[in-house]
Amino acid sequence: MRPFAFKRVSSPADAIKIVGENADARFIAGGTNLIDLMKEGVDLPDELVDISRLSLSLVRSLPDGGVSIGALAKNSDTANHPLVRRGFPMLSQAILAGASPQIRNMATNGGNLMQRTRCAYFYDVATPCNKREPGSGCSAKDGLNRYSAIFGWSDSCSAVHPSDMCVALAALDAVVNVRTVEGRERKIKFADFHRLPENAPEKDNTLAHGEMIISIDIPKNNFAPTSHYLKVRDRASYAFALVSVAAALELDKGTIKQARIALGGVAHKPWRCFEAEKMLVGKKADAETFQEAAKIALQDAKPLSDNGYKVKMAERAVAKALRRSARI
Amino acid sequence: MTWQQQQQDGPSRVDGRAKVTGTAKYIAEFSFPRMAHGYLVQSTIAKGKIRDIDTAEAEKQPGVIKVLSHKNLSKLAIPAPAPDAVVRPFYALTSDEIRFNAQPIAVVVAETFEQARYAASLVKIAYDRAAHSTDLRGSLDKAFVSGREQPDRGNPEEAFAAAEFKIEAEYTIPIEHHNAMEPHATVASWEDGKLTVYDKTQGIQGTTGYLAAAFGIDRANVRVLSPFVGGAFGAALRPGPNLIIAAMAAREIERPVKVVYSRRQLATAHGYRPESIQIVKAAADKDGKLTSLTHQATHNTSAYENFSENLVGMARGLYACPNVRTVSKIARVDMQTPLWMRAPGMVSGAFALESALDELSYKLKIDPLELRLRNYAEADPETGRPFSSKELRECYRQAAERFGWSKRTPEPRSMRDGKYLIGWGMATGMWPAGQAAASARVTINADGTARVESGTTDIGPGTYTTMTIIASQVLGLPLEKITFVLGDSELPPSPAQGGSTTTSSVGTAVKEASELVLKELAELAGKDEGSPFREIDAANLITEDGSILVRGRPETKLSFTEILKKNNLGHIGLLHRSTPDTGERGKYVIASHGAQFLEVRVDEEIGNVRVTRVVQGTAAGKIINPKGAHSQEMGGVVWGIGMAMTEKTEVDHALGRIMNPNLAGYHVPVNADIGRIETIFVEEDDKIVNPLGAKGLGELGMVGVPAAIANAVFHATGKRIRDLPITPDKLL
Repeated sequence: MRPFAFKRVSSPADAIKIVGENADARFIAGGTNLIDLMKEGVDLPDELVDISRLSLSLVRSLPDGGVSIGALAKNSDTANHPLVRRGFPMLSQAILAGASPQIRNMATNGGNLMQRTRCAYFYDVATPCNKREPGSGCSAKDGLNRYSAIFGWSDSCSAVHPSDMCVALAALDAVVNVRTVEGRERKIKFADFHRLPENAPEKDNTLAHGEMIISIDIPKNNFAPTSHYLKVRDRASYAFALVSVAAALELDKGTIKQARIALGGVAHKPWRCFEAEKMLVGKKADAETFQEAAKIALQDAKPLSDNGYKVKMAERAVAKALRRSARI
Repeated sequence: MTWQQQQQDGPSRVDGRAKVTGTAKYIAEFSFPRMAHGYLVQSTIAKGKIRDIDTAEAEKQPGVIKVLSHKNLSKLAIPAPAPDAVVRPFYALTSDEIRFNAQPIAVVVAETFEQARYAASLVKIAYDRAAHSTDLRGSLDKAFVSGREQPDRGNPEEAFAAAEFKIEAEYTIPIEHHNAMEPHATVASWEDGKLTVYDKTQGIQGTTGYLAAAFGIDRANVRVLSPFVGGAFGAALRPGPNLIIAAMAAREIERPVKVVYSRRQLATAHGYRPESIQIVKAAADKDGKLTSLTHQATHNTSAYENFSENLVGMARGLYACPNVRTVSKIARVDMQTPLWMRAPGMVSGAFALESALDELSYKLKIDPLELRLRNYAEADPETGRPFSSKELRECYRQAAERFGWSKRTPEPRSMRDGKYLIGWGMATGMWPAGQAAASARVTINADGTARVESGTTDIGPGTYTTMTIIASQVLGLPLEKITFVLGDSELPPSPAQGGSTTTSSVGTAVKEASELVLKELAELAGKDEGSPFREIDAANLITEDGSILVRGRPETKLSFTEILKKNNLGHIGLLHRSTPDTGERGKYVIASHGAQFLEVRVDEEIGNVRVTRVVQGTAAGKIINPKGAHSQEMGGVVWGIGMAMTEKTEVDHALGRIMNPNLAGYHVPVNADIGRIETIFVEEDDKIVNPLGAKGLGELGMVGVPAAIANAVFHATGKRIRDLPITPDKLL
């Protein structure tokens, strides 16, 4: 671990100023991912700015009936908050499907968005990895890629985003509230927050260095009774998704008024299935319809050598998650 | 008392309190004054030579004392191995040769661990690379027979060709790592030419001898301590690179040095369960009598040692089959030498053999349990010798009954629970019950306490507790009056803790030493004229609550304290070495047996499998420590679930490198993966195995489990998975 300076600040503005002026500085809150990265030599900051004591951990109702979750609220507190459990149970399910209780007790919501891929090559500094060391090559593309992406990957990177929480947030059309280095507030639609690797896999998202996540808004919806988060993994707990599905429906007497489907473990970002969602609107909520939607959701998948199973698994998981949402 | 009651009410771990309160110290927690910290630098190529080590940047860092490697370390006194030697121990930092990826090639020694770790990341290595191969499949054509070829029994080829019912299948198991909680670590200190080390080891004596040879010093000048081991499972049966590196570095800088492996580095701190490819051919007549059995197993070894484990033993010893062929081969890959990992060889072989028997049962349309009973070996099928005891039939019966096996419907996919498929599977386990020479010292003190000592280790199975129980039963003292001491090379020598032989070996030494001390006490008691103990036959003496009594005459009683005081003695003790009765043992085949029945619940749509309940039947002689035995057998099941369902060391063959060297990427089962586990012990009265009548069970408990799970998955889904682990993608 590279020696580093550690500073504690009392306002977001101070934190943003320090980090904004030093390309090698990082915010630290729960530290559940950053500390690992530092121990492995993957990230080598020379300055850490502790933001964990800033007052950004509120979970509150929005005027429109939505909910706003603070960037520094712990994952466990968020998942167990009555506003979230009642109004957005799928988000609770997704958070609780991730990591372990100990990690969720430390990890913050902002940090969950910022966590980096768990691609094995990214974590091993002895191997080529474009995300860690741009231009060094991608070891996964022709190597061990059972966990890799089936959508949106490029020749430079096939890593997947590891979060469960973000899959639910993507499905729920969340908005990320950010404070810029200049002190402005800006809103980023969740679908635009994370990015695909293209030729710059070192960039996970569209935040500029020094920008800080303040909170995440989830607009009001009618999905609460008819939504489901389904995660398929190699063991029952403490394993990243092989594939996961956040599915949400709004039903009117058995007819679908609105549908959301997002996939986890399949791309460099939570993967929304817009076409399948569109197809579902106006259809009857039955197993056949869901099967058809699942097929559409996966029709453009491009698997690598070891992850062809993800196509079938994700297709079945989409159908299953939709059935569970509709309680059939 | 039922087994369930004994397991609940039996003695608890005598070291349990120390472990949960943190007073039990593990190796990395020990320190010496003036101690420095060493952090390893590992290679990033699999094969080649080190051209240059650039330490300039590392040596400039604060706190760094020295960067040590083969280039500047003093030479060791290692004797050159004979040209045909099978064992060629790897001595880290002694040459420029790279034999496997992540091989230790330098150590940075600094004032603090953090300083050493950071500086280690700045050491630059230049290599001359050579082409490597880490893929067993790709090396199969160069596989060779290691050791003796075993002759065929009967004519397996002819019998297979002629058989009406037969199967032939290939089974594969990936590399697996022990992944113990405690990392490999050594703390080494030299003083006046004497070396003292705290080392994570399963074998105090072997470690002592290794160090004495490497440094060319007398064994008496080496002291090895290992009081608690945080799980080893075989990983600490050979000295790790940490041992020699810490000792060399301490000698070099003339200060004590601690070397602790990081989790990522641990994957090459020791060997691993080798990758294996097995082919089983099994045939039977229409009544289900096995007519031919061929078991061919190949596993990998390193490029520099012929490590070989026996995967085919059960094919020769479990079933009464007249025609048997076994072939055992190894193939070289450019990785570290494998190492024994819980139930080595046997569990890998059992996965193939017991899966094959299951496959055959469907061909024959005979219940899998019934098929095993029809081929039950009453005597050793290989030699015809009797078993010293074998209650396997009773294990089958009791475990099957407890499980409810008779309610099983034979057709695959015929059992359901709502939308889930249910599968019931079973398999058999076997483990040789060895005994080795061991020694113990037993001392009875005038205050009525006893001290029992032996240079063994306790890697977790409960050796502290079991030895205390054995001494307690002989001496008639309550457990809390007895202190058992282990983990020090200055204690009476005992063998390494491996092969499930510690209770059998060390336990016998403790039992016999305790009996001999009692005899001396009785003689002291009967020394005086008029003593009621005079002329009493030792066979009529009993002990109870710290006193010696004459059988049938409860009034004739003298406490240990009174006897010692009367003789002006502070204590009485002796050292005893027990040896196995090889003559008598040699007339028999001696083994533990077990049977597993278990249920899986499968969500076929997404390939999710859960092992919902397991009944494990065990016949391992006399059970000394019921709670510990239950814990061991339960742990065996959990290990079996890991091997069957989740565990795999991922190797990138292009890089020749292990890619999941951590507990997030290497999936051992978590609590949420484990359903209900019941254990049943069928006790055997066996006077031949050893005077205790106890056989080993620590490894036995996992032997049949992976096959039983694969068999249950087939029964549930109709899909036969012959490639472990059975992850969700394989069931879609």
